[in-house]
Amino acid sequence: MNTHAILEVKNFSKLFFLHEQGKAIPSSHGVNIMVYPGKLTALTGPTGAGKSSVLNGIYRTYLPSSGEILYRRGNGEVIDLAMADEHSIIDLRRREIGFVTQFLRALPRQSTLDVVVQPLYRLGVDRQQARQQARDLLSALNLPERLWEISPATFSGGEKQRVNLARGLIAKPRLLLLDEPTASLDSNTAESVIDLLQQLKQQGIAMLAIFHHPELVTRLADEVVAIDSAAATENSIKENVL
Amino acid sequence: MDKVLSVTGLGKCYGKGCPLCITATGPEHDTNLCPYCGTVVAAHDVSFDLHEGEILGIIGESGSGKSTAVKCLYFDDAPDSGEAVFHDGEQSHALFDLNAAQQRRLRNHRFSMVYQNPNLGLNFGISAGGNIAERLLMSDMLDYARIRKRVKELLSRTEVLPSRMDELPKNFSGGMQQRVQIAKALSTNPPLLFLDEVTTGLDLSVQAAILDLILEIQQELSTSMIVVTHDLGVIRSLTNRTLVMKYGRIIEAGLTDQVLEDPQHAYTQRLVASAL
Repeated sequence: MNTHAILEVKNFSKLFFLHEQGKAIPSSHGVNIMVYPGKLTALTGPTGAGKSSVLNGIYRTYLPSSGEILYRRGNGEVIDLAMADEHSIIDLRRREIGFVTQFLRALPRQSTLDVVVQPLYRLGVDRQQARQQARDLLSALNLPERLWEISPATFSGGEKQRVNLARGLIAKPRLLLLDEPTASLDSNTAESVIDLLQQLKQQGIAMLAIFHHPELVTRLADEVVAIDSAAATENSIKENVL
Repeated sequence: MDKVLSVTGLGKCYGKGCPLCITATGPEHDTNLCPYCGTVVAAHDVSFDLHEGEILGIIGESGSGKSTAVKCLYFDDAPDSGEAVFHDGEQSHALFDLNAAQQRRLRNHRFSMVYQNPNLGLNFGISAGGNIAERLLMSDMLDYARIRKRVKELLSRTEVLPSRMDELPKNFSGGMQQRVQIAKALSTNPPLLFLDEVTTGLDLSVQAAILDLILEIQQELSTSMIVVTHDLGVIRSLTNRTLVMKYGRIIEAGLTDQVLEDPQHAYTQRLVASAL
């Protein structure tokens, strides 16, 4: 593995096999990615190219079909996330790898502050201190204070997304996976998210991100990996063979 | 994190058994009933680990063997085969090699079970407080005043009015009975807790409150838990890892979000697809 990289994805593929229909659905194919500390790698490609599948595969919400996902832990050890046992993945999710998706999944009876503070509680951070950190982060993300004690269930798309970001960022992961973190934000709020991501880069956090707006790729990305849909890749392979 | 429990090759059959029982049953044969001798293969080759402070889910339909596995571990039933080692600090206990007295001791001091049916977990002939006191007595707490104080604490913790501690459990609603059962189960601060369909049959709002309570307890005490359920929602809200069982076998095991988002086995795909 490259000595500077924190994450190296080699020849990653994901294929869903649907037993009921007896069908195999290819999603990502032959993807190679490098991610470095303090840098942001952007994943680009058309809808359906399997960009989210790559992130889900790294976080192991999806089981990778083939390839290697080499991750360098805080202690220097390199681990293949594609093959790692579940307890190692749980531990990494708790301490080192964060994932901010487009969708917020929270219990409708939990206050926003409780949703955001959870990752710190799990790390055993003092409750008082954890809640203060959550408040600071929610202010930095421009989420009005009157919303903090309410469940995010009734929030607008943009508000939910900020709660989701706050939850993903609060524990300061070493590697952050971002799936369209600004998709439903107005331009002002998007700017504050961009500021925050830039700060995180300066703090040395490595990021792998999918952005809705090409402009964000230009502004934030240090590396760009363009992927094609698995079907398209297969086609081009076929064409080359023919 | 340290291992609390390792289970290897646990098996349990009901019936006289024949050499073909295992090969003729299972998901690929679509039955757990041996066609040659009529034996029910309730569980076969069940293996898993449980780590400290972890909540493990076992999901499956009725008859999948999920409760059988847990009953064997809690000594409600004796397995035919397999091993289970309980790691308790410095000590390790091979559960199925212990004699009855040793098993009873673990059951009273180190394990607890919350049953779907409060009739199994509570003695309906004595008061709610008495039920908890009984368990405290079995774990060698003998001072009357201390016992009453502890019972009050536990009932307040599980949100049952301590003023009702001297009432019989039959006067309580289903959700309250479940809370008394949980208070009783927690009374000895057990490092290992089994929960068998604890929210099944309760109103949705009561289910939610019970699940919240379980999560809070897990965060406060880092109790390791095995949660048996047929409810995907319970699995999703409580557990990190999940085993899927069918016809007595574990057909899939993985991180809970992975099992729900990217199920591998045909049965799990059908199960997830049929969620409401």
